[in-house]
Amino acid sequence: MPRFYGVEVPSRLMLGTAHYPSPAILADAFRRSGAGIATVSLRREADGGQAGADFWALVRQLGVRVLPNTAGCHSVCEAVTTAEMARELFDTPWIKLEVIGHADTLQPDPFGLLEAARILSDDGFQVFPYTTEDAVLADRLLQAGCEVLMPWGAPIGTGLGLTNVYGLRTLRAQFPEVPMIVDAGLGLPSQAAMAMEMGVDAVLLNTAVAKAGDPAAMAEGFARGVEAGRLAYLADPMEPRDMATPSTPVIGKAFLA
Amino acid sequence: MKITVNGVAVEIRNDALPAVLEDLGYADKKVATAVNEDFVPAAARDRVTLQPGDRLEIVTPRQGG
Repeated sequence: MPRFYGVEVPSRLMLGTAHYPSPAILADAFRRSGAGIATVSLRREADGGQAGADFWALVRQLGVRVLPNTAGCHSVCEAVTTAEMARELFDTPWIKLEVIGHADTLQPDPFGLLEAARILSDDGFQVFPYTTEDAVLADRLLQAGCEVLMPWGAPIGTGLGLTNVYGLRTLRAQFPEVPMIVDAGLGLPSQAAMAMEMGVDAVLLNTAVAKAGDPAAMAEGFARGVEAGRLAYLADPMEPRDMATPSTPVIGKAFLA
Repeated sequence: MKITVNGVAVEIRNDALPAVLEDLGYADKKVATAVNEDFVPAAARDRVTLQPGDRLEIVTPRQGG
């Protein structure tokens, strides 16, 4: 199993906690997925903290490690302050760092991301940077103190899958020893399997499960996809070829013409 | 005096941050705070006195992806 900042995690599937039809369905999806890490957020409270308390009680029941995010932050200051509040609220140095650069694509702002990653790493955070598949940016993030890379598969919530397979393969090849999680954009278990076949260490998704007609079933589907992809990667797949080659031996074939 | 709490103008009776949180119903709740966009750790709330017009943010655990 992969290790992130020295912590071995029990599954290569990580799930978000947003958009589920009900708390019970969220819990069921986590049970059937086997996910060991749940992404969480923090938001303004309007009812004296009861909604937050209820949600926190639910997460604790799941028995998973939490990965707080800085979702919705568009500036370095905003992301850093949010991370500081998240560290206290969730009692973890882990932070999924999002610094959004574009409102429509939710593409990371590479410059703000790097600056925030450096500030937070220097302050003892263990940063999971939500980044593009840009290898130069990845190198800078590692230099800034990140020990994990979290490239997007596609824009958040789109379900488009892996829109830049070449970029992800290049990133994996350039940083073979760095724990890598494909985050965002996955819509189907086959896309998770494809990511795992490339040798990434884990995948993180939310909407594809939460917005499915049967979230718990989809969660299990993703778990199986992740497992299938990992097995395929470890099994050293055959090289594709252009010309056909018979699977069945030709020698010994009956002569019937 | 009037401050802004989570983007909404609020009239408060006390100026000490712990008292304000208690008055707003957060005394025993799992919250994190920031004043004027600066994080205020729980251990430092005792030392914060709010001024008129200050912006107080109170956040709690929520669903996220």
